[in-house]
Amino acid sequence: MSNEHSDLSHTDLLIVGAGPAGMAAAVTARRHGLSVRVVDDQPAPGGQIWRAVETVAATPRLARLGEAYRAGVDRAAAFRACGALYEPQAQLWQIEPGFRAFLTREGRARSVTAEAIILATGAQERPVPFPGWTLPGVLTVGAAQILLKTADSVPDKPVWIAGCGPLPLLYMTQLLAAGGRIAGFLDTTPRGRLGPALRHLPQGIARFGDLLKGLSWSLALKRAGFPIIRHVAELRADGDGRLESLRYRSQDGREAQVAAEVLLVHEGVVPNIHAALALGCAMQWNAGQHCQVPVLDAWGETTQAKIFVAGDGAGIGGAEAAEPRGRLAALRAASKLGKLDEGAAETTARTERATLARALALRPFLDALYAPRPQVFAPADETLVCRCEEVTAGELRSRAAQGRPGPNQLKAFTRAGMGPCQGRQCGYTMAHIVAAVQGRPVEQVGFYRIRPPLKPVTLGELASLDEREPAA
Amino acid sequence: MFRKLHDPGPATVTVHIDGRPVRAEAGESIAALLLRQPEGWSRTTPVSESRRAPYCMMGVCFECLVEVDGQGSVQGCLTPVQDGMSVTRQQGRRSLSA
Amino acid sequence: MRPDIIVIGGGTVGAAIAYGLARRAEKVLLLDGEDGDFRAARANFGLVWLQGKGLGMPAYQALTRHSIALWRAFSDGLEAETGTDLCYEQNGGLVFCLGEDGFEKRRLEMMRLHNQRGAGEPDWEMLDRQALERLLPKAGLGPDVSGASFGRHDGHTNPLRLLAALHGGLLRLGGGIRHRSRVERIEKAGADFRLVLAGETLSAPRIVIAAGLGSAELGRQVGLDVPVHPERGQVLVTERLAPFLPLPVSGLRQTTEGTVMIGATKDRVGLDASTTTEAAAGLSRKTVRLIPALAHVGLVRQWAGLRIMTPDSYPIYAQSESHPGAFVALCHSGVTLAAFHAEILAGAIAAGSLPENFSPFHQRRFDVPQAA
Repeated sequence: MSNEHSDLSHTDLLIVGAGPAGMAAAVTARRHGLSVRVVDDQPAPGGQIWRAVETVAATPRLARLGEAYRAGVDRAAAFRACGALYEPQAQLWQIEPGFRAFLTREGRARSVTAEAIILATGAQERPVPFPGWTLPGVLTVGAAQILLKTADSVPDKPVWIAGCGPLPLLYMTQLLAAGGRIAGFLDTTPRGRLGPALRHLPQGIARFGDLLKGLSWSLALKRAGFPIIRHVAELRADGDGRLESLRYRSQDGREAQVAAEVLLVHEGVVPNIHAALALGCAMQWNAGQHCQVPVLDAWGETTQAKIFVAGDGAGIGGAEAAEPRGRLAALRAASKLGKLDEGAAETTARTERATLARALALRPFLDALYAPRPQVFAPADETLVCRCEEVTAGELRSRAAQGRPGPNQLKAFTRAGMGPCQGRQCGYTMAHIVAAVQGRPVEQVGFYRIRPPLKPVTLGELASLDEREPAA
Repeated sequence: MFRKLHDPGPATVTVHIDGRPVRAEAGESIAALLLRQPEGWSRTTPVSESRRAPYCMMGVCFECLVEVDGQGSVQGCLTPVQDGMSVTRQQGRRSLSA
Repeated sequence: MRPDIIVIGGGTVGAAIAYGLARRAEKVLLLDGEDGDFRAARANFGLVWLQGKGLGMPAYQALTRHSIALWRAFSDGLEAETGTDLCYEQNGGLVFCLGEDGFEKRRLEMMRLHNQRGAGEPDWEMLDRQALERLLPKAGLGPDVSGASFGRHDGHTNPLRLLAALHGGLLRLGGGIRHRSRVERIEKAGADFRLVLAGETLSAPRIVIAAGLGSAELGRQVGLDVPVHPERGQVLVTERLAPFLPLPVSGLRQTTEGTVMIGATKDRVGLDASTTTEAAAGLSRKTVRLIPALAHVGLVRQWAGLRIMTPDSYPIYAQSESHPGAFVALCHSGVTLAAFHAEILAGAIAAGSLPENFSPFHQRRFDVPQAA
């Protein structure tokens, strides 16, 4: 890894995240002569989709994780070689105007400065609240996939999976290839989704290969012989201090209770917006994806000058969309910092935007097909909506009905959102509850005001923070 | 709850969980290691002392908080194990160690 | 419900007044602003505090003392009405001193206030290091802590629960609350005040302006020119810890949940409620000096609020002469004074006018004296 400017606390560009978008942005920015620092909370590059790819590439496991994962090998190598200053296992907890970013690494907090920032912090799985979802043994499908990639681990006993979307299908395929066992798949795709989704299919036809891949996964999984229950609408998990059984109900009234030790859930992914919110970037509601996304121009620049968002944080699009987004942001940053002629940037950008459009072609179809079921947003009263502070849906509903408070007032009154995750697991659910109780559209309800620290930091680390360093 | 598909072999390290030595693979996360232990749970909450275990494995749920080599409330899913590391499950509210 | 009184501002001051009015069977409507408004009430530290207050303004010292004397009954009443536990503890409070100089400086300040008060049993004492350690055996004080001043009547509460309870209590007593209802303009319409909101108007014969920093703009429209300016205070809160600090300290208290609140700065930055890492670092350094073991504890959140500051930092309570029936109430100690606001101030407003002993708090005290 090249460390030519490792002594500097200032770089032209700070990139947060080393997934597909972050890595692509770093390579492009370096090519145009920008000094680049990449801060990553993971121990190695790859983000989530290519998590631990460098380690896995050296083992026989690479083959069973699929082609899309393998693509990460070259990307990580190119990233390592590009000359960006890479800081893994660094928790970024605040960014101030100027820009000055504060991070903790190896127990020490420090600040770094940059002229421009690309936030490439990706996405997280949409929270799926239901009674019992906080029991040990309930995890997201993404979590299980991370365990497979990073620890070569599978659920010990046959696993139950509940959700919808491409990720459960991919994981189940990878799990079976690894020799894991599936007890059953509770497909939560509501009835009647395919019709409206098909409307979007023609524009997705350029991605025919992806469609076929998805279909082939589905067929292979059907052949594997485990139960697949369609149109599951409600879930509940039970157990004493750990998951012991789960109960489900489908739209056509089928109900059953089954023993379970591990339940994996997934209802789509949503952009990580905390850093962008903390920086004051304007957001807008993306109706197709049922989430907030930052307001961005054609380069990915936010409403705050020289702050860009690239990758799934701009809107869910997967690795193939993340890379052109990363490159576009880097091109614009290079041009704004005087390292690249605007005309040249625009010429290159045209190609990237075409790549991006192709990458996103199938999204409207997938988004419509796999839109989350309404129960995700309306959990039963006893559900702990705020996992950190243990606030139930019932309590939120009852408070939201008294005088029509907004999310921040409701947070003040119930403590929901005051825990370490700062609304990452409860913010959307809270907004939907407020919307439902108050008869308002959810896109108007808003979100918690995001406050530092974005990640944990101790008082001791803060106390010993270096005094303001002069900008390089 | 989870099991490893291969033996770490030469990459084996020893981690102490609540004082008990446990075999782990160099580079895997503390959270992954905890999910392979018979207890299943990895902390009890400071609000109600309910048992929790890792949920998201990517740093956005904060369920995997553990004490590592004396430092409390570390996200186990973002921290690779190291030989000789000492991991303690946090139960309820942490004590202010004098 | 056609209200008798509309209170503009649903923060701790407005809500306490509205609650007090409702307890006196007034038909009250409380209007609250937008979810994202500045809202000092949501940033409050939670001290219910007497010691150290009012040097140079005996009336404020007395006002605070009066409110503190009412607080227990006020809290009990509010809890009984709403079922919300305010977590009010009144076991005394501390102000830590650093070094021998710091100890002596504090002692002199306390003596001056004591002398200003004149008669009365001393309700404070200086504690040396040993006495302080006996009082706080689990805290592990830093070496520079030389002692503290102890105020017997000081205490703390949960300020957000207080606000929630005041809102809840108001509703239970038949009052109304409307959120997201900012008042744009106030007009006189016969005997009534007509409040113009976005898309509607509301009328009432009496109004109370308790809108924090927004009070100047509204007050001006009814002959109450009140000078207020923002002073930002930044606060830190830690993860939950097992109990170790049984008494509140100025700038440091452990809540019922176990979190430790650390505060606060005094920043003159205008209408800017953003936080700075510099402040977080400074507050952390101060804290770790007081209790070194807190260095290992995680910060969960940092926030900021804008204090409602008047030129001398003391409250403004006034009724309009040009627009009878309009009142204004503002201060930056809404929690400590909540009992006074709910009992005494609300009672005066219900009776129709503020008695003479409120006059030290009229904004005319800021007027430049005219040449004779």
